[in-house]
Order: sequence, then C-alpha cells, then structure tokens
Amino acid sequence: MQPAMREVQGVSRLTALLSSHSEKRKKSLGLFLTAGYPRADSTPGLVRSLEQAGADFIEIGMPFSDPLADGPVIQESSAAALRNGVTIPQIFEGVRKIRAGSAVPLVLMGYVNPILAYGAGRFFSDAADAGVDGVILPELPLEESARFRADIGGLGLDQILLVAPTTPDDRLAAIDAASRGFLYCVSTTGVTGSAGKGTPDAFLARVRKHARRNPLLVGFGISDPDGARRAAGMSDGVIIGSALIRRIAQGDNALSLSTWVRSIRDALDAM
Amino acid sequence: MSARIQPGTQRTQEGSASVPPRIWPDSRGYFGSYGGQFVPETLVPALRELESMYASAREDASFRSEYLSLLAEFAGRPTPLTFARRLSAHYGRGKVYLKREDLCHTGAHKINNTIGQILLALRLGKKRIIAETGAGQHGVATATVAAKMGLECCVYMGEEDVARQHLNVRRMEMLGATVMTVRSGSRTLKDATSEAIRDWVSSVENTFYIIGSVVGPHPYPLMVRDFQSVIGRETAAQIEKAEGKAPDHLLACVGGGSNAIGLFHPFLDSSATMTGVEAAGEGLDTGRHAATLTQGRPGVLHGSFSYLLQDSGGQVLLAHSISAGLDYPGVGPEHSALKDSGRVRYVSVTDTEALEAARLLSRLEGIIPALESAHALAYLKSLMPGTRAGDVVVVNLSGRGDKDMETYAASNA
Repeated sequence: MQPAMREVQGVSRLTALLSSHSEKRKKSLGLFLTAGYPRADSTPGLVRSLEQAGADFIEIGMPFSDPLADGPVIQESSAAALRNGVTIPQIFEGVRKIRAGSAVPLVLMGYVNPILAYGAGRFFSDAADAGVDGVILPELPLEESARFRADIGGLGLDQILLVAPTTPDDRLAAIDAASRGFLYCVSTTGVTGSAGKGTPDAFLARVRKHARRNPLLVGFGISDPDGARRAAGMSDGVIIGSALIRRIAQGDNALSLSTWVRSIRDALDAM
Repeated sequence: MSARIQPGTQRTQEGSASVPPRIWPDSRGYFGSYGGQFVPETLVPALRELESMYASAREDASFRSEYLSLLAEFAGRPTPLTFARRLSAHYGRGKVYLKREDLCHTGAHKINNTIGQILLALRLGKKRIIAETGAGQHGVATATVAAKMGLECCVYMGEEDVARQHLNVRRMEMLGATVMTVRSGSRTLKDATSEAIRDWVSSVENTFYIIGSVVGPHPYPLMVRDFQSVIGRETAAQIEKAEGKAPDHLLACVGGGSNAIGLFHPFLDSSATMTGVEAAGEGLDTGRHAATLTQGRPGVLHGSFSYLLQDSGGQVLLAHSISAGLDYPGVGPEHSALKDSGRVRYVSVTDTEALEAARLLSRLEGIIPALESAHALAYLKSLMPGTRAGDVVVVNLSGRGDKDMETYAASNA
C-alpha cells in the first residue's frame, strides 16, 4: 500500500480506524497470529480470512527463542515458527503480500533482540515500507522505549505501549501520553493466555480515569464471545491471541476459524 | 544499526573509560552501554519499588548489621584464604592463594547474595520466594534462607540440570522448597530463568524473585554485586596480612559472573590484573560452548543489554558446558562493560581442561572444587608461566565439588 494511504490526515490507518470506532461506540477486535505458523507461508492467507470474518486489525507476532511474556500456547507457536525457518525479511515479504490485496491495519509484535540484530533503524523503516502500521515491543517499557519514539513516529508508525494492573495511576497517564494507536491494557497480572482472577473491571475503570488520550484495548486471557463482551464493556475493544493460536494448533480449518471469529464479532457488535 | 538508536548509546559517552567504573551503574541501571530494564510493564512497578527499597537499605545501618551478622553466624564468614603450597610448586613460580568460598554454608558463594536478598524480601513484606538455578547451588542457597526465614520457596531448574545435579535437588527438597523441572527450550539455566520470570510476571504482588547472578534487570546486577563484594573485601585484608601487599593477579570463572564480580569489584582501582574464565565447552570451534564474552555480541536477554550468544537473526543460541553453573548464553552487564573497557580480560577453557584442573587440585591440595571453579583453576597453566617469582595470584574457589562427583567419576578424573 502507498504511504499516502497509510496517512489519513496525519494519523495512521490504525489510529484512524480505532478513533472512528470509538466515536461510533463500535467495539474493535484485534487478532494475534504468530508469523510463519503453522507453516512458513500460512500468515497472509490467515490474515485474509480473519479480516473477512470481522477482525479490525491483525497483530503479527515475530517469533523469538525466549518469549518471556508469553504463556505455553504462544511459546509453542513461536518455537514452531522458528523451526519453519521464519526470518524478519520473510515477515516483511508476507506483509507486502497482504498489502497487495488488503488495507487491514497490521501491527508487529516483537521481542527486541531480533530487531537489534536486524538493525533497529532499518527494521522500523523496512516495516513502514512494507506496509506495517504499528509496533508492540513488550520488553520495552516507557523508559527503554523512549530512544525509539522519534524514529518510529517519524516513519508514520504507531508505537503501542502496554499498561498492567500493577501500573500506578501517574504512570498510566505517562504511558498513555506516549502511546500511539491505542493503549494496550494487559487485563491480568500474568503471561499471555493466562486466565485472570475475576474481571478486569476495577483496573479498566482506573485506566479510563487516568488515560484519556487513546482508545483502550484489552488483551491477555480473553478466549470466547462472553469474555470479549465482558472486557469490551469497560473498554474500546479486545485483542485475542492464545485462544486463536490454540484453535490453529488443533488444526481448525479456515471455515471453523471464521465461524468462531464471527461469533466474537457478533458479540461485540451486539453491545 | 545507526548509533543513534542503539540501546544505551547516550550513556556510552558518559560511561566511557574516563569515568571510574565504581560509579556504575547510573540511575537507570546502565554500566556504560550495558544493563537497563528490558521487562514487561507488569514488572516495572515492582522493580521501582525494589530500587527504592534497596537504595534506602544500602544506607541503613540496621540492614547492614543484620546482613553482616547473618554472614558471620549463619554463612560462616569470613572464609579463609588458603596458600596452595603444592599447587604453586607445581607451576614453579608465583604464589597461588585460594579464596575459600567452598567453605561457605551450603558449599558456594551463592549464599552471600541470598542472605542479602531475603532481607529485602522481608522488608517488602513478600511471602513467597522464587529462584532459578543451574548447578543447583543458588537454588540450595535460596531454599536455605527461605527455610530460615519461614518463607515459601519455589526453584526453577532445567530438566538436564535436575539430572546432572540431582544431589542439589534432594537438598532443596529437604529444605522444604518446591523444585519445578523446566522442560522447555534448552532444559538448562536459560529456560529455568525464563520460567522464573514468567512466574514472577504472574505473582509479582506477593512474590520476591531472588536472582542468583549479576544478571537480569536493574537493580539486580547492582544488588548481587554489592552482596558478593564481601569476597573481594575479605581477600584484600587477608592477602595484605599474609603477603604485606596487594595481589598481582585475580582469577575467577564467569557464567553469569557473580563470583567474579564479587572478587574483582573491590580491586578495580588497584593495579591487579584480572581474568574472567568462561566455559569453552567442547571447544570454541565446535560451537558447543558457553563463552559469551569471547564469542558473543551484545543483545537483550532476561531483562538487560549485555553480551549474548546469538545467531545472525538475533535468536539466542544454546550454550554448552559440562558445568551446569556456566551453561548460560548470557552474562552480567557489568562484565560486558569491563570487557569493553579492557579492565578485565576474558578467556575460556574447555570441559576437558576443567576436569584436569579439578583432579590436580584434589591431589595436590586436598580440595575437591566445583566444576565451575575448576574452570578458573584450569587457566593457571596459561597464567603462571608468565608470572614473576614473587607474584601473588588469587583464585576464587567459588564452590565445592560434592555435587559434581558423578561427573568426575564418569570422566575418570
């Protein structure tokens, strides 16, 4: 996709879409895929069918040997993707393939070491060229991510930051001020895919109060239409990762994945 | 990568060789370019709390006196400095002294650090302790202080290490700790550490993570260095008494690097040469080694920026060493800074050389060393021929060899 299409009045495709949803009170749905899983060339086709089933944007996880924020499901998909030989240049190639036929916002999620090995400056600029809209770097909290902020922003990419239930109030506001695209609310104190104790309502109410700049999207531990509806009640939408990867790992075909995604889309649209 | 966006580059100028290493780390946890806090947001508030608690404990006389009295009455400090008469004669020049950390309670230097950290855990009101372990020495030292203080303890250990160091597994269990066998990835220290971090991300509100080496996010490399520096401080006083001079050479093995920093740090301003000995495993050219500083390049693993064994795509490589305590693809950030500044020289010895050195020390001095410590001893055969007659060499004998008896027996050492 051409750079002109990424920029809509100075904001990214992702920011434009999520803001417009927030204005219309439509809940947003982000879905996570591990790049190069289950097969090296699976990702573009999966993105297409998830988009058609109702995903608003796709988060593409770049595999890493030591994914310490991830639970067993995403760890295993990441290890399998590495066995499939997936590299950063191949991930960019996949993004170009998707971009040839789709404008769905794409966000890359990655641990920092492969990005440093590729060359951080080159990584962000190649990502923007390929048609990526934003990046999530979970090992880089507010302070460590600051050094990349100007480069990422200058390329028109959104740097999406995370907040957690342990984040104090003043820090919520500071992270919100630095985050672009949306604010990623980690719904439970845990790794990806872990079921939370109780509902994240109190946490989300606190985020709502102190983080007023960005749309709030909730991730970690959401696995079905009910969970999505509960999390979206106090936020602008949800991101689902482990539950989707688990279905792919079980061998669900495109039709069955689409039906499942559609059921979540319908639950969110009925709110 | 442009210099502008390389981690810590702003700090490289401030932390260049003209700045005394003693002021490291800076307020953000950087030793020159290395260190930092590369962790999920969930952990950042806990690290902030720990930083501020530790900063006040460091200045607090009651914390210090409690720490020192536990070192004396529970850990058995000061440990002796033993002149290795027959070993020195074997090399024909120079005088070799052994800093006897093997005589600490639990059999290694690790307890110096776990005593310090558990006192911080108590001050923070945490009820549960977690730790990672490779050889099991840090796991045992953690289980020991958790038992003494009445706290629940869970230790993560790779499946391969559970097999090769099962004596230490039994000790941890007897001390009341739960040993969690880690079957992912390397099935050694690297993945044990990843699993401990995942536990901490899930349990940070009631759990204190006692990291066993000078690795991990700030303030761990600083805290562990401070708690282990008792080794170097005692050595300075003991060698002054024995020889009337400062040591000429210091030698220690380096996995994560805690016993080496503990010995080296108080001597950084002295004229002593310092050598850190890494594990060359089956040989550097085989690719099966753990020589992070001599063969790796800087990257991020387990919360800090430091030298790392990695492939061209930035995936972390599996380390290999016959010694479980050195079998780790990362290293503490302060060692990376000391390497780049040239203050410490880093070398490596193979599995076979370490086994030979363990046999030699056992026969000549009546001391069976841990396999980790045997790596430092193995470098004597390269170091000693270059020493002068009156030169004093101190080797950190970081642990005893009971846990390694099966490996020694299997290799006919």
